[in-house]
Amino acid sequence: MSKRDALQRSNCARGQLAKPQVLLTIVALVIAVLLPLAVKNFVLFQLTLAMAYGIAILGLSLLTGFNGQFSLGHSAFFALGAYTAAIMMDRWGISYIWTLPVAGIVSLVFGFLFGLPALRLQGIYLALATFSLAVATPQLLKSKPLEPLTGGVQGIVIIKPDAPFGLPLSSDQWLYYLTLAVVVVMFTCAANLINSRTGRALIAIRDNPIAARAMGVDISLYKALTFGVSAFYTGIAGALGAIVIQFVAPDSFTFAFAIALFVGLVVGGVDSIAGALFGGLFVLFVPNIAEQVSKGLAGAVYGVIMILAIYVMPSGAAGLVRLVVSKVARIRATK
Amino acid sequence: MRGLRLLTVTALSLALGTSAALAQKKYGPGVTDKEIKIGNINPYSGPASGYGQIGRTIAAYFNKVNAEGGINGRKINFISYDDSYSPPKTVEQARKLVESDEVLLIFQSLGTPTNTAIHKYMNAKKVPQLFVATGATKWGDPKHYHWTMGWQPNYQSEGRIYAKYLLAKHPNAKIGILYQNDDYGKDYVKGLKDGLGAKAAKMIVSEQPYETSDPTVDSQMVNLKASGANVFYNVTTPKFAAQAIKKAAEIGWHPVHLLNNVSNSVGGVLKKAGFENAKGILSTLYLKDPTDPAWKDDAAYKEWVAFMDKYFPQGDKTSSFPVYGYTVAQTLVQVLKQCGDNLTRENVMKQAANLKSLKLPMPLPGIVINTSPTDYYPIEQMQIVQFDGKTWRPTGPIMSGELGGS
Repeated sequence: MSKRDALQRSNCARGQLAKPQVLLTIVALVIAVLLPLAVKNFVLFQLTLAMAYGIAILGLSLLTGFNGQFSLGHSAFFALGAYTAAIMMDRWGISYIWTLPVAGIVSLVFGFLFGLPALRLQGIYLALATFSLAVATPQLLKSKPLEPLTGGVQGIVIIKPDAPFGLPLSSDQWLYYLTLAVVVVMFTCAANLINSRTGRALIAIRDNPIAARAMGVDISLYKALTFGVSAFYTGIAGALGAIVIQFVAPDSFTFAFAIALFVGLVVGGVDSIAGALFGGLFVLFVPNIAEQVSKGLAGAVYGVIMILAIYVMPSGAAGLVRLVVSKVARIRATK
Repeated sequence: MRGLRLLTVTALSLALGTSAALAQKKYGPGVTDKEIKIGNINPYSGPASGYGQIGRTIAAYFNKVNAEGGINGRKINFISYDDSYSPPKTVEQARKLVESDEVLLIFQSLGTPTNTAIHKYMNAKKVPQLFVATGATKWGDPKHYHWTMGWQPNYQSEGRIYAKYLLAKHPNAKIGILYQNDDYGKDYVKGLKDGLGAKAAKMIVSEQPYETSDPTVDSQMVNLKASGANVFYNVTTPKFAAQAIKKAAEIGWHPVHLLNNVSNSVGGVLKKAGFENAKGILSTLYLKDPTDPAWKDDAAYKEWVAFMDKYFPQGDKTSSFPVYGYTVAQTLVQVLKQCGDNLTRENVMKQAANLKSLKLPMPLPGIVINTSPTDYYPIEQMQIVQFDGKTWRPTGPIMSGELGGS
């Protein structure tokens, strides 16, 4: 990417939220809060899952989009979060609410530790190293030493929580609101992180590591920490996913899932925070659309949709929105 | 002859059905005067997509049923979704079928982890999870899971059949067991031990587990030979089954060899192990093997071929999957016929648990389907077969491994 491009991007990330963006966010939030009144529980379940995937993709976005480190292994952190939640709830009888932070912290530690040796690897080599994580995860979950904890191939069935305090909500509605709240908190934190001094350091490492080092950024520390934070997000997403689906099994976290997260990242917009949510929706709904078009050629249809998406929105959904907003602003200015 | 039998079964069931719903029509979700909505989840993509043929066969069979006028005048609207064998996707698709498409029941969802993922949901929602496509024993637990029922012989039943065979033919056998160390393998071992009863401890001289992550089972095979066993109970998945058969020949161990049904594919396992090494091995079957020349002139086989040619021409006529799909679809048709005009979810389960000596065309002659409110295992009979170097040959009678109302 050219330097001017990079500058523009970091400006965009650093700058205050533009007015139309604030407006858009508020409208989206109001719609999101009112939605459960209008749609079926099944659709709410899908949206809840899409939001969980969105959080995982945001984690990946922090790592890949803002810090320039590739990962094809985020299914492993998702699995770690999911299993942490499932084991805490099923084996130890701990309330689901507490599983979220614990799943995040466990993933953070693992992510940080994995990030340390991974520092030596760049670009495609790092992608390959993380890919090995994704490939190993399902087998590790089935392995004998871990079986008493993970339940082996059978996985763990957990019980869906009901709404607390006697709220008049179905458990799907409650989980939807809970996940929405987590999304708001996590996305706000991510936006603040990127707009901070730390965020600028992350972006500087991505764009020009030598210059960043010259300016006194501790590259190793920042990179490993980013890995940890990214895993933190993905782990929490995994815990949410497990609670919503009520079941974890090794077959849920194959490398195909890691690739799906990566697809969501690219389609949503690699360095966009809001784009991650779009990515989550894409990951969940587009395979269904493809299957509706043709059962026999679902894979091919999915591929075509993906190519079209990349062709129409070369910088992801977020890039498209950005482009439209700036065009509209320009037209207004010339009037 | 057979036509007459079918006719009487149908007439009988119609009579039963209509008397049960004499007064009025009662419909559950997904049923109208014109159609019955049936949901299904199959892996059409992903690692287990080979099984997708089963879903396609079932769809083709329902097309045939509809072309011939449907069931009691109602057409089957078969809605089948892909889950890629991924449990989260199974949950999503099951919820879509139940809450959005509003099907009467979910039929033949495939896979053990995938069905486990929706087990509680289906029972909480009181939607039939009927004739699931997995051999695990846990699907026949009507006390705790009233709405879930298996179909194929479960692993424990098969284990009991081997036990019966051994007690009859080799009462003083010394048995060596090789098994995969997971629920599937343990189910088989439990079935054998239960079947042997008090003699199990004396007869079993060695148990060797292996992990799916092991590269080979060579060391286990050497241990088994050294244990002095003269019967080999081989509970392995296809890759390991081929290895074990080969290794036994290499080290010159020639016991009575019992190979589990999971791995008795001639093309997929025995060919790889070498036909000369596999000669004489015993296993079990419950459906007619479409590659067995013995069925060439069998009326039921010909009817199946005609069905395949007309409704599923792209299907593989040498594979057992279309035979399986055809037979399980016929079982559901029988249940729906028995329901008559009382097509509620409750009555579907009642009729599914009320199959009495149901004979279908493609199971081996003598095998019947039986269920009751306490017996949720439709097929529990199999026949011991022996490999003659080319194909499986039936030896001995149809045997039952009934678990009863557990």
